[in-house]
Amino acid sequence: MSHRTLIPIGPYHPLQEEAEFFQLYVEGETVVDMDVRISYNHRGIEKLCESKTWDQLTFAVERVCGICSASHPLASVQAVEAIVGEPIPERALYLRTIVNELERIHSHMLWLGLAGHFIGYNTVFMWAWRYREPILDLLELVTGSRINYANVKVGGVRMDMTPEQLAAVQKGMDEVKGPIEMLTKAVLDDPVLHARLKGVGVLKKEDARKLACVGPNARASGIPHDTRRTDPYAAYDRVDWNVIVREEGDVFSKAVVRCLEALESIKIVKQAARDIPGGPIDADFREIPEGEACGHVEAPRGETFHYIRSDGTNRPYRLKIRAPSYVNVPSFKATCIGQPISDVCITLAAVDPCYSCTERMAVVVDAASGKRTMNFEDLVRLSREKTRKLLRNFKG
Amino acid sequence: MSETELAGELRTMLGEAALEIRQPARNNIFITVKPEDVHGIVKTLWEGRGARFATVTGVDVTGGIELLYHFVFDERHAIVTLKTRVAKPFPEIESITPIIPAAEWIEREVHDLLGVKFRNHPRLERLILSDDWPDGVYPLRKDYEPKDPNA
Repeated sequence: MSHRTLIPIGPYHPLQEEAEFFQLYVEGETVVDMDVRISYNHRGIEKLCESKTWDQLTFAVERVCGICSASHPLASVQAVEAIVGEPIPERALYLRTIVNELERIHSHMLWLGLAGHFIGYNTVFMWAWRYREPILDLLELVTGSRINYANVKVGGVRMDMTPEQLAAVQKGMDEVKGPIEMLTKAVLDDPVLHARLKGVGVLKKEDARKLACVGPNARASGIPHDTRRTDPYAAYDRVDWNVIVREEGDVFSKAVVRCLEALESIKIVKQAARDIPGGPIDADFREIPEGEACGHVEAPRGETFHYIRSDGTNRPYRLKIRAPSYVNVPSFKATCIGQPISDVCITLAAVDPCYSCTERMAVVVDAASGKRTMNFEDLVRLSREKTRKLLRNFKG
Repeated sequence: MSETELAGELRTMLGEAALEIRQPARNNIFITVKPEDVHGIVKTLWEGRGARFATVTGVDVTGGIELLYHFVFDERHAIVTLKTRVAKPFPEIESITPIIPAAEWIEREVHDLLGVKFRNHPRLERLILSDDWPDGVYPLRKDYEPKDPNA
């Protein structure tokens, strides 16, 4: 008769250093059940936004997440624009596309670096973050800041880009393309990474559909959904790019999807910066009429969904935000069960969960048995040990 | 805005169950239904039409809570929202989690923040509010008064 142990992890995320509480039920080394508790850091942004004017709204929504800080305001703004029902200037649509795709490249590189770090591949971490840095510099050049760009507003964008800035974006994309291609090939051809990540943390297609997963998490499980393609916004229907889909659903295919998507994003940014038309950048809406609408945007982690109701005043009556991680995090239960503890680490990270950032880590000791203690270091150590074992086999 | 093909199809499919169908924008369709019909219609949309579940929004309005069930029809490029209203002071509706597992968290959230009871929900426990939050105080309702307004 096997003995069942409870391992509490959290309430800080063991990998991304964010507030979340896992309880793993293990038999020996294998996870047999788990429970997730979230919302240790609920900031009440939906309630707060009811007291913000339409102009302030984008700034408040931007602060939902530092990494998706172009996607959230765009989703809100698109919902408001659907209520108004007037067209948006073409140039603004292209400018939105450029900033949103730059954001996707830096977010995917961030994830790739962290994933490499957690399995003990610090070279991947160094490379990925090295090539993420010029993207952040470009964002700073065109919007004035590395995160929280404040570039989108109801009716258009706040700041135009000069021809010099657009040329710098093109040049930056040319420079970063080679290194990211090299990094992608290095990851895809590495026999140790194949051995370490293939077949680990598989999210089955049926489970992805049942849990309504979105983004790379769903696309790696054979669900070809990408809001940029299925409900085109900004200038995504005016440029040539591919939706990346993989069938396996394991951690490896999630890495593949993100690497190849970063390359697609480079393609999109280059085309948008080349083809951008002239003209105004703001439709200058004076009043938001009474009404309601939904807006959705493909954030780096998947579809972010916003619903807005206006009662004709200068403030929203209700704003509902559904971030992509809200539907992706419940898939942990489908992916972790049956996995050894050493794989839980990378499986949890593979979803690229995103809450609000906290730079702390708490460790909880199981009161009942008093024996097992798992903290961040332990999990990462286990994960790295497994990679090292594999590495030895390959060398030997 | 004139109706798209999808709105027409849904109108035919739902018949009298759809009290009102509005399409304020090309990709936004709102269908008002009775609360007792929600469960059945959600089942048809999810199982029969392959819609992707997005989320549920609760809105505090005079005399009741409006519940909006958002579905995305990816192949038809549109978001379809089922809209219904449950009466205060004890808003209650059938849970859709038994049909759509993805609805578990959002129903718990609406229960926490707006006090809507979802009948037959497998686990209607707290998700958003902390364990020491007082019972019967719903922060997303319009009559909610924060302890410290400056916080």
